[in-house]
Amino acid sequence: MISAYASLRTYLKNAAGIVLDADREYMAESRLAPLVRKFDVSSVDALLARLNTSNDPRLRQDVIEAMTTNETYFFRDRAPFDMFENLVLPALLEQRAEERAIRVWCAGCSTGQEPYSLAMLLDANARRLAGWRVEILATDISTAALDSARQGSYNQFEVQRGLPVSQLLRYFVHEGSQWRLAEHLRARVDFRELNMMSDFSALGPFDLVFCRNILIYFDQATKIDVLRRVANVCRPDAFLVLGAAETLVGLGNAWKPHAIHRGVNIRAA
Amino acid sequence: MKQILVVDDSAVIRKIARRILDGMRFETSEAEDGAKALAACAFLMPDAILLDWNMPVMDGFEFLRQLRKLPGGTRPKVVFCTTENDITHIARAMHAGADEYIMKPFDKQILQSKFEEIGLV
Repeated sequence: MISAYASLRTYLKNAAGIVLDADREYMAESRLAPLVRKFDVSSVDALLARLNTSNDPRLRQDVIEAMTTNETYFFRDRAPFDMFENLVLPALLEQRAEERAIRVWCAGCSTGQEPYSLAMLLDANARRLAGWRVEILATDISTAALDSARQGSYNQFEVQRGLPVSQLLRYFVHEGSQWRLAEHLRARVDFRELNMMSDFSALGPFDLVFCRNILIYFDQATKIDVLRRVANVCRPDAFLVLGAAETLVGLGNAWKPHAIHRGVNIRAA
Repeated sequence: MKQILVVDDSAVIRKIARRILDGMRFETSEAEDGAKALAACAFLMPDAILLDWNMPVMDGFEFLRQLRKLPGGTRPKVVFCTTENDITHIARAMHAGADEYIMKPFDKQILQSKFEEIGLV
């Protein structure tokens, strides 16, 4: 008989491409524990039994959300944002001089700090971008994270992680215990729910994709497949940014590292 | 090793800050009010100062004003670290020459992030 944990692993793999190691049962126990009360069942095993027998979309979604991490902060790892401002943006301003339009995709945007960091940088470069149309599409599998992202409201801890105080003063309003991002920056980001296992071919074309710390959830074959499909929705001279600890080694031939700038990747010919 | 002066009238805050900063390989010294901090800076100017706002004898704002008049007093990076969390206080501190601003309570990640921002790590 298949154990409850084995069935959870199968469900996550099939539903979201998420690979859960066989020895992570303890993690599943602790992450799913809050759902036991929410769905009024007696134990995590009972919760997983219900997952197997019911088609409750809320339960299925909540289990995926519980097993993924929403850890993020403004200007996370800093280097990708410096590279955006100093390398990618100047390059795109040249490459797209005719159409004067740039499309950016933040895949796995969580609670919005990454796309909003880009929106702040775009605002800071408003003069260079006068007359340009820049779209930021931000997607995530977690509806809860997206709800939070759309609010653009962050607590005191969140606005102090990675965000310089000058940006806080410039772009946020203090509302009670929260800090809310200015409306004109919130309006710059289009948040949409997206499971990376689903067909996203209609979303493109993009000039830049931030796909940071998502591939870590997938097995090798899925990583290769996702990177290939991301390439398919990108322009031939587009850029791809992965997480600080992620590389393209062994991940197919859709992308290759930039010849000079570590951390930025370009389409392979 | 870079030297950080932690200025706060709370011994608990100084202890927490010292523990985090020691872990970040800074050499940490402490002062419990602005006047003592100013004397410490006149003796040996640190690389950075983590500065409370509300303190007895001399508050953080007055300390910063006087620090910047000392020989070499424009060199240290000053990070306010205070319970004052409204925009008016933050703007006032930055206008007075602070380099960054931390709203208490803080943790290691926030401290690290702010110190990275001003080029200390």
